[in-house]
Amino acid sequence: MTIASLIDTPSELTNSAGSKSAIVLMTRIRLARNLSGQPFPGWAKPAQREKILETCRAAVTATAAMKRGLALNVGELGELEKRILVERHLISRELSGSKQGSGVVISRDQAVSVMINEEDHLRIQLMRSGFQLRKAWAAIDDLDTTLEETLDFAFLPDLGYLTACPTNLGTAMRASAMMHLPALVIANQMEKVVRAVNQLGMVVRGLFGEGSDASGSIFQISNQTTLGESEEEIIKRLSGVLQSIIEHEMNARARLLEADAGKLFDKIGRAYGILQNGHVLSSSEAMNLLSLIRLGVDLGVFPDSKRSVTDRLFIEAQPGHLQHAQKGELEPGQRDLMRAERLRSEFANFGRPDFTLSANGNN
Amino acid sequence: MANPLKCDICSKPATVHLTQILDNKVHKVDLCEECAQAKGVTDPSGFSLADLLLKASLNPDTSGGIRCEQCGFSPNDFKKLGRFGCPACYGAFKGLLDPMLDGMHKGTVHSGKVPRRALERKSLYDRLTRLEGDLSEAIKAERYEDAARCRDEINQVRQAVDQKQLR
Repeated sequence: MTIASLIDTPSELTNSAGSKSAIVLMTRIRLARNLSGQPFPGWAKPAQREKILETCRAAVTATAAMKRGLALNVGELGELEKRILVERHLISRELSGSKQGSGVVISRDQAVSVMINEEDHLRIQLMRSGFQLRKAWAAIDDLDTTLEETLDFAFLPDLGYLTACPTNLGTAMRASAMMHLPALVIANQMEKVVRAVNQLGMVVRGLFGEGSDASGSIFQISNQTTLGESEEEIIKRLSGVLQSIIEHEMNARARLLEADAGKLFDKIGRAYGILQNGHVLSSSEAMNLLSLIRLGVDLGVFPDSKRSVTDRLFIEAQPGHLQHAQKGELEPGQRDLMRAERLRSEFANFGRPDFTLSANGNN
Repeated sequence: MANPLKCDICSKPATVHLTQILDNKVHKVDLCEECAQAKGVTDPSGFSLADLLLKASLNPDTSGGIRCEQCGFSPNDFKKLGRFGCPACYGAFKGLLDPMLDGMHKGTVHSGKVPRRALERKSLYDRLTRLEGDLSEAIKAERYEDAARCRDEINQVRQAVDQKQLR
């Protein structure tokens, strides 16, 4: 299996057609684990890193979850390949910037990726389309327990799993949901939501994690703290917060329709027009237009089946994927032309919006 | 100002000053424009005060010359990297860690998953090491009955270890 085949294989992220994931696009859980008696990756000498990489990779590739998966050495990957993996949320930006002695193992369905020698020896990550925190936890808990049979994880009864950074101690778990919140953005309520969510001990980030912007009205909400609460408690608390964000988004949509449906339909209609006819589209403009189309699907302006198209394009409109499709590196200016061309062809047969449906199509 | 505050991260002149009170203790963080931006302080959505406090609350002057015996890490390294050197650092720098943990998390004691297999294995290995010590002592002191008992126990533990690995 190669990177190119990753792109052409349906994945949990790009093929969420079956899920009715109207607001939560994807849930994701990450566990940090370290080998006892070994220096953390940031402090290990090159030879130690190589040895840790070997040990971890052998254990990870031997698990059933990783059968026929893809094991990659980050040092051997090209810039474009790394970019594609970041855009597919299979590796972090930090790992993509790392030097020798780090790697990743990716499951065949691209739902599981295990980063080796990122900030911690192991960063086990599992994605599920839609709002499926509990199922995701059950699956990653299993994988972790399997790894524990061959690896000795650093653990203390009072501090839990030991991690390079004390902010991850305890469960060393970060559970997150990727949410599409266009109405809260349009209604200028996101700042209020972020503040409230922060007060509940959760963090809000952009689509690509720390420091990334929230283009496409896509946000990641995750737990901030890891020590003092069990995995189940964290997930329960996060689920509660997510549920209340969903309600706020639904209310905001209802209010937008009530106050000025024409204005909202205008945004959706224009987005459709630009995607169908535009010739220069930056990545963030494309994301925002696709977000409006997705909102249109939720409101019944476009058929439900089109949601998977927008979700796929959210990823495929990213610079790395675009350049891969064009088989070569492109200047940003050229990219914007290519992106527009790509989206024009996708939207040529997308089907016209039907604004009459939406009165009773409130999702 | 003759002596401007320096950024806690990069030591450039600091222009952003944050104060937070946690558990009746005042935590201050001083940052330059760039680091403040990089850390997302100006953007309420991506900003983790915990990470910043972590670096700021560690004062290397008070931690003397302690080093982690296992990996040679020092508190100064922590100030620079914001991360520890190895799992054993958590034991070596316990005195520094405890005040840091106050307010960083929901609690200060782990509740949740325990790597049961790994801990079982560790306790078996620990027992094996202890028994082997007892055995050689018993032999040295010519307490042959004790030695025989130790040897039997060692065999039992080894069997248990083998079974664990087979599973």
